[in-house]
Amino acid sequence: MQQADIFVKRRNDRWIFFAVLAVLTVGSVIITRYDVLKGFTSIVKAFVWGISNFYPDIESMAKLPDILLKLRETVLMSIASTTIAAVFAILLSLAGSRTTRMSRFFSVMARGIASLFRNIPLVAWAMVLMLAFSQSPLTGYLALFFGSLGFLTRSFIETIDEVSHDAVEALEATGAGYFHVIFQAVLPSSLPQMISWLLFMIDTNIRDATLVGFLTGTGIGFSFDLYYKSMNFHAASLVVMLIVITIIIIETASNMIRRNIM
Amino acid sequence: MTPETSNPLLELKNVIKYYNRTTPALADISFSIMDGQFISIIGPSGSGKSTLLRCINRMIEVSSGEVCFDGVITSQLKKRDLRKLRTKIGMIFQHYNLVDRLTVIENVLHGRLGYKSTMAGVLGRYSQEEKMQAHRIINILGLHDQVYQRCDQLSGGQKQRVGIARALVQNPRMILCDEPISSLDPNSSKIIMDLLRSISREMGITFIVNLHQVNVALKYSDRIIGVNKGKLVLDGSPDQLTTERISDIYGSTAKDLMTDSEERYAAG
Ligand SMILES: Nc1ncnc2c1ncn2[C@@H]1O[C@H](COP(=O)(O)OP(=O)(O)OP(=O)(O)O)[C@@H](O)[C@H]1O
Ligand SMILES: [Mg+2]
Repeated sequence: MQQADIFVKRRNDRWIFFAVLAVLTVGSVIITRYDVLKGFTSIVKAFVWGISNFYPDIESMAKLPDILLKLRETVLMSIASTTIAAVFAILLSLAGSRTTRMSRFFSVMARGIASLFRNIPLVAWAMVLMLAFSQSPLTGYLALFFGSLGFLTRSFIETIDEVSHDAVEALEATGAGYFHVIFQAVLPSSLPQMISWLLFMIDTNIRDATLVGFLTGTGIGFSFDLYYKSMNFHAASLVVMLIVITIIIIETASNMIRRNIM
Repeated sequence: MTPETSNPLLELKNVIKYYNRTTPALADISFSIMDGQFISIIGPSGSGKSTLLRCINRMIEVSSGEVCFDGVITSQLKKRDLRKLRTKIGMIFQHYNLVDRLTVIENVLHGRLGYKSTMAGVLGRYSQEEKMQAHRIINILGLHDQVYQRCDQLSGGQKQRVGIARALVQNPRMILCDEPISSLDPNSSKIIMDLLRSISREMGITFIVNLHQVNVALKYSDRIIGVNKGKLVLDGSPDQLTTERISDIYGSTAKDLMTDSEERYAAG
């Protein structure tokens, strides 16, 4: 009886879920007057247009040094903001982790900060910070920093609790002090995993930095915006291509590093 | 007997531990232990064995009662003195609790951290003497070929021997073992238990060993303490304890454990 009820309930839950989803979809399409069919056909059209216009030509190559400079700015900004965020995230996660916390109060604080920062989307950070610092590299830098800080702190806390709990218990039982435990057990066990998260974050941040650059008028995002608005599609396509290549290089490099440290 | 030797090394007086308000994990436990004894604590799962062991070195704080080690009431110790106390009490775990990514020698030397200043410990600076002692113990435990191997490359039995070595470099007076053989096959289990027993005999170290297997306890111990639902239900030497008496005291689970472990040992 009890068991049968559970299966009936599961089935009903599924029906309700799909019904709600269907209503939401149809409702949104009607309200926004989104023509589904036209949506698909315009993808094809865009593709055709892209092939005939959106490719780098000889002339656009003249812009290459400029673009590379901006690209370098974006990549370096992403790496710097992520790495500095990681340093702060290590401190916050040591305070926040159940395994290494010094007091319950600081632990709750650290977790609170992490989840607050993580739940504010990057674009919201950028917009808020723009009010304070206007369109400048600092705005983009700080937006990436805050977003990374939240994400990394949370990942680091999970890593510490997962990989070092047992060893921490053993070292505390030998009479080791707090800093002994951190440097001899927690960091050796969790650093590889932490570095892996850091690489992932750098990767994500380079992608996001492009978008943030649109908003803050800096870096490679700004280059794209500039060429696109001045209808220099060849140069704009060169920008896109370079972004893709950069991301592939970064991802390959981080996979290589990961394989070596794990 | 001189009065000195008749003083117990460890004494528990009315130890009570509550994790929540309703049921105590330890309910009024008292016993005392003489220097050099090999003692097993047996009891079904959840009976409070691990809690009891951790109350001794204050990895868990008691709710009330007193733990007295070598004449010192442990609950009154401040941080620094608590660290000093813990250097005198080694601990061995079911899951070995090593830093898997570090080498055998590094893990063994962790046993010296309790004696170190903050800076020396953080940087992992050990004296020549400490290193020599670590190597000596590693050799005794038959790990000389693995000294510079990472611990995640070792077998379970080898890992447990690293755990034992880490406890031994502390120069402890007592070693607490929380189910040291529960993750091991019968063969390695026997090696580890023989090792613990001979260390106890030869170095005069007191052992308190949590065990699931009643007949391992019967075979190796000078004395067996039984707990059930946080209460001390049994305390005596192995020859005073028949199978019936044990299962009488803490239910049918004992019989199951007996036959189970007897088979394991017959096979091993
Ligand atoms: N950290 C904790 N918080 C709350 N309750 C706990 C905690 N640790 C143990 N307990 C409870 O205390 C009781 C005794 O647990 P303990 O781990 O000491 O038993 P055990 O005899 O070691 O069991 P096992 O043989 O399974 O290891 C159990 O009921 C357990 O649920
Ligand atoms: Mg236990």
